Amino acid sequence: MTSEVRWPRNDYSRVPFRLHHDEELYALEMERIFRGPAWSYLCLEAEMPNPGDFRTTWVGDTPVVVSRHKDGSSHAFVNRCSHRGAMIVRTLRGNADRHVCLYHRWCYSTAGELTGLPFRKGLKGEGGMPEDFDLKSNSPRKMKVESCAGMLFGTFQPEKAEPLEQYLGEFGTGMVRRFLNRPIRILGYSRQLIHGNWKLYAENLRDTYHASLLHEFFVTYGVDRATQKGGVKMDGRHRHNMNHAYAATDTQEDAKAAYADTAARLDRMQLRDKKLLSFANEFPDSMNLAAPTLFPNALLIQINNTIATRQIRPKGVGAHEVFQTVFGYADDDEAMTRHRLMSSNLVGPAGFVSMEDGEAIEVVQKATRSAGEASAVVEMGGRGALRDLAHRVTESPIRGFWSYWAELMGVEPEGAIR
Amino acid sequence: MNVPADVREALTALMAEYAMAIDEDRLEDWVALFDEACDYKVVTRENVEQGLPNILMWCDNKNMLRDRVESYRHVNLYNLHYDRHVLGPLRFTGNDGSTWRLDVSYSLFQTELEGASRLFSVGRYRVEAFVEGGAARLKSVTVVADTGLIPSLLATPI
Repeated sequence: MTSEVRWPRNDYSRVPFRLHHDEELYALEMERIFRGPAWSYLCLEAEMPNPGDFRTTWVGDTPVVVSRHKDGSSHAFVNRCSHRGAMIVRTLRGNADRHVCLYHRWCYSTAGELTGLPFRKGLKGEGGMPEDFDLKSNSPRKMKVESCAGMLFGTFQPEKAEPLEQYLGEFGTGMVRRFLNRPIRILGYSRQLIHGNWKLYAENLRDTYHASLLHEFFVTYGVDRATQKGGVKMDGRHRHNMNHAYAATDTQEDAKAAYADTAARLDRMQLRDKKLLSFANEFPDSMNLAAPTLFPNALLIQINNTIATRQIRPKGVGAHEVFQTVFGYADDDEAMTRHRLMSSNLVGPAGFVSMEDGEAIEVVQKATRSAGEASAVVEMGGRGALRDLAHRVTESPIRGFWSYWAELMGVEPEGAIR
Repeated sequence: MNVPADVREALTALMAEYAMAIDEDRLEDWVALFDEACDYKVVTRENVEQGLPNILMWCDNKNMLRDRVESYRHVNLYNLHYDRHVLGPLRFTGNDGSTWRLDVSYSLFQTELEGASRLFSVGRYRVEAFVEGGAARLKSVTVVADTGLIPSLLATPI
C-alpha cells in the first residue's frame, strides 16, 4: 500500500517530498480530512444575509452548496444530484426558494433535502418510481454547519468531530472574533491557481521564516521584518497557528544588521507614494500583521488595513486555488474603504508581499517531483516538542501542521509528537 | 461614433505601443504613456458584475505606477516569462471635451523560459485618453479581466 508514510523522524523535522505528489495519499486526504472530522471553512455569513441566499464552494475536491434556509439557519450539502450526479447549482451565488437539477428536474430545498421529482407516480398509471422510494433518505450528503462570529465552518463527520469551539480552541475563536468584531462589508474576491500541492500553501502560511526573506518588499520598505516584535502562536493541538508582528517595534539599524544583503537597498529605495504603506491602528492588540491559519483550509489575514479570509481549494495533487475574500467593516467611511482597497495592492495574486508565494510553491512542486525518498528539512526554530515562540525566526508551526495531518490520516510515526 | 481620423490614428498607435512596451519589457516606456494625473487598475469581471470594488492592482497616480515598476525591477520575485498581448480593434464609446473613452479587448499569453506558452488572461481595457499637441496620453486604464482565476501570479501589468 503506497499510502503508508515513512517519516524519517517522529517530530516532523523531515517531511518526505512524496507527500506533495502521491495520488493515493491525495485521495485519502479528501476522505479522511476534508470529508472527515475536520472543520473546513465554508464562507462568511455576511455573504448570504437573506433567507434563500446561497453560495457554491469546494471542500477539498467536493462541490458544496452553502445556503441560508427560510428559518435563517445555515446549511451545506454536496452539490451533486442524488439521481445521476449532475451538479445541482451551477452558479456561484444567488437567491432561490429551492434548487432544481437541470437534468431531470429533481428538486431540493434550501436545506438540501430532496423534496420532489417529476413523474414520480408515472403517467396514467404507467412508469414512475417504485412505491417505496424515499425522498428524504435520498438527499445529498450534508455537512454539519456552525458559525463562529459569522465565519461558517462545516464538517462531514460531526459524529467524530470535536465541537467547533473546541476544535478552534481559545486561540482560534479569539482570532476569528478579532477579525469579525463587528458587521463587515464584503469588498470582493480574488482567485489564484497555484500549480503546487495544497499542503505547500498550508506550509507557507505557517512559515514565518520565509516572510521577510522571500517577500523583499517587506524589508525594503519596512512593512514587516523579523526584527520587529512578534512571534508564533499555536493552538493546543498545534494544527492552527498564527504569525504576527507589531508595527514600529524595530529600528532601521536593527534591520540593516539583520538583512546585510538588502541593507544597501534600505536607504536607496523609497516609495514615491507612501500611502501604500500607511497603517491606521484599528485593533486593540496593535498588530499590523496577523495571519492566523485554521486547519485544514482557512486563513484570516491582516496586512496593515487590508483584511481578508483565504480558502484553500485543492485541485488535484498538483494544484490548488487560493480563494480570497477581502472585506472591511460596515461602519467604514468612504476614505477608509478607499484606504483598504489601496492596501489591497499588498495582498492577493498581484500583491507586493504575496506574489512570490505562487512562484516559490510552483518551483518546489517542479523540483520535488523527482525527489524520490528525499525529505524537506524543517528545523528552523528547533526540533522536538512544539511550543509557542516570542520570536519570528521559526518554521515550527509547519511541524504542527504535519502532526495533525498525520493523526487524521492515520499515518503517525511511532512515538510521534503532537 | 464619429471620431476624427487623426484622433483614431493617434489612439490606435497609443494602444499598440501600450501592448508592445509591456511585451518588450520596456515598462518604463509603458509608464510614460500615462498622464501625471492618471489611474490604472486591474479588476476582475466577477467583482465588477457584482458591484464589488476589490482590486488586484491599483495605482491612482503616475508615481504609484513608477513604484510598481521599480518594485518589479528590483524587489519582487516572480515567474520568469515573456508576455504577448494581442489587442482587438478600438471601440470608441464617448468623449468629454478632449478626453476620449474607448474599450479594447485583449488576450495575453505568457511564455516561460523553456518555451511553453499559455493563455494567461483575456478581458478588456476601459480607457480614457486624450491627444494634445500631436501626443496621445492615457488618463485612465481599467483592466477588466474575464480571467479571474489568475494562473500562478500577476507581476507584470496587463
